[in-house]
Amino acid sequence: MTRLLDVENLTLQFDTDEGRITAVDDVSFTLEAGEVMGLVGESGSGKSVTAKSVMKLNPSNAIYGPDTKVTLHLDDGPVDIMSLQTSTDLKVIRGGAISMIFQEPMASFAPAITIGDQMTEQLQIHTDMNLKRATEVSIEMLDRVGISDASTRFKQYAFELSGGMRQRAMIAMALSTKPKLLIADEPTTALDVTIQAQVIDLMKDLVTDFGMGIIFITHDLGVIAQTADKVAVMYLGRLVEQGAVRDVIRNPSHPYTKGLIAALPQLDDLDVPLQAIPGDIPSPLERPPGCVFNTRCSSIVGDVCTSVIPDFFKVTDTHQVACHIYDEGASK
Amino acid sequence: MSEDVLIEARDLSVHYPLRGGSMFGPKPVVKAVESINLDIGKGNFFGLVGESGSGKTTLGKALLQAAPITRGTVGYNDGEVKFDLTQLTPADLKEYRKRAQLIFQDPYAALSPRMTVRDIIAEPLEVMGLTSSRDETDARVREIAEKCRLNLEHLRRFPHAFSGGQRQRISIARALVSRPQFVVADESVAALDVSIQADVLNLLKEIQQEMGLTFLFISHDLSVVAHICDHVAVMYLGRLVETAPTRELFANPRHPYTKALLSAIPSLDPDDRGKAQKLEGEIPSPTNQPTGCKFHTRCPYVTDHCRQEEPILQHSSTGHEVACHRWEELMTP
Repeated sequence: MTRLLDVENLTLQFDTDEGRITAVDDVSFTLEAGEVMGLVGESGSGKSVTAKSVMKLNPSNAIYGPDTKVTLHLDDGPVDIMSLQTSTDLKVIRGGAISMIFQEPMASFAPAITIGDQMTEQLQIHTDMNLKRATEVSIEMLDRVGISDASTRFKQYAFELSGGMRQRAMIAMALSTKPKLLIADEPTTALDVTIQAQVIDLMKDLVTDFGMGIIFITHDLGVIAQTADKVAVMYLGRLVEQGAVRDVIRNPSHPYTKGLIAALPQLDDLDVPLQAIPGDIPSPLERPPGCVFNTRCSSIVGDVCTSVIPDFFKVTDTHQVACHIYDEGASK
Repeated sequence: MSEDVLIEARDLSVHYPLRGGSMFGPKPVVKAVESINLDIGKGNFFGLVGESGSGKTTLGKALLQAAPITRGTVGYNDGEVKFDLTQLTPADLKEYRKRAQLIFQDPYAALSPRMTVRDIIAEPLEVMGLTSSRDETDARVREIAEKCRLNLEHLRRFPHAFSGGQRQRISIARALVSRPQFVVADESVAALDVSIQADVLNLLKEIQQEMGLTFLFISHDLSVVAHICDHVAVMYLGRLVETAPTRELFANPRHPYTKALLSAIPSLDPDDRGKAQKLEGEIPSPTNQPTGCKFHTRCPYVTDHCRQEEPILQHSSTGHEVACHRWEELMTP
């Protein structure tokens, strides 16, 4: 496997009217080419802004920490993304080496421009194709993602397509520039379960064919189990657990991950009562000191939880968890 | 109408007119809900599932007399009053509004940002004239707020101060303050995070049992329905295709659509990948419905008979009803 992406010590704050809030706090992970990483967490956990940081796509009030280092390894050498400043520099990665697909495909297509015009426009910007070639490639991509009668759809507007078809068109558009890295932000959340299954299948096929890396953002652990190779669980801007998908799903080690899995209604045993995680995710303005999960945790080991930020402890070679339970030196 | 049935729908249809069509002859219509026969028992937690566009919300609205009923009847009988929803006098309708309530999907859109939580919950009481003094109203508001596990100090605050889960509990309190018999919860947990969703589901179930309510729980999420409902009905393109007690439905689904829906739920087991039985294509547009069985365009077991003749819901003594020509032969492997 070849390394595709290194994210080191990503810290991201936003200047807002109510003060400076920390959205992402010291997050590090890596991604290999052809690997799918699931990024899980509830709303407000910082998973979307983490992924957007990789493209420097956050709004202008975003402040990146001084130690933040994001490196994308391309064929002609590594790119230090944090050092890219102008939009000309960023053009290499945005829509070029990195593409993104969003949750709500209706909001991602311009309503008054045909699907085809939007697809060829980006190909003409990011590659040296002419319009004729770009049209051919676009229709080919639409066909590849399973849209029937692609040349007709190419001339249509987003509102003429159904939800599932729009999401496919979105994927076709994102992949037509042959990106190295695809960021998929809740790509199946707005879809019905039968269509979701189709889109998940499609994405798995495309990873195999194109060999790109995917950061798959979702709150649905079932979707993660079906698509990802590894998982990172986020809570209030921090990574609390990460590892290979089988390790994390079968042997969840952080109390938060355990809680997420226990809260999920399972079909194989209807007698198990649903267990909620008590309380709500705190506002980013009131980040608790110590472990960020301490306000809702049922396995507090002592004062250390409310005063010291836990380090990552190794559960297995491919599985790490940031929790004081696993800290031998912690006061019990 | 039997004594233990609260809602009885017979041949219930809701058609919405479309613009256009010829000046003569029939106007084109969208058949959002078509010929539905449904009994909801008293004290039942009744689940209604289907994809978007299957008509589940319209059916819920029709049972609340909030959608125009084109054909058929809906009987309501809670022991105290008895109505036919298609023949309500204005006074009856007022009475029915007290007895039937709705909980919405989006707790962010459902609450007025300019009213305090106390005023939001008290509004139905005031509008319906159910209380005679402010003290009485306050007492009713406090009583239901406690039941919905809302902090009484929060009653003075505005909705923006609350998280999604808390807001949904406020919506629930508002729906229940008039002491209804029948509550329609339309995708009431779909907008919530998993960790909060479980809490709201447990609360709904608890209140339902405590107050002896009858719930119609509309959802696209089968695993949620499996955990909370006693009885489930599956809709496709405006029709009921299968209905059964929850455990029976999930253990022995009969309709190919129900089977496909169940197998499309992503399993938590990473080694289960690719085992799901995939459904091709999408739900057809309700303005341009297929002939015969509405599911035939996506059904893997389609025959000519299915394309020509629409199956009707077959009654059975076990309460497991299915509308499929071939379900029996498909059940024997």
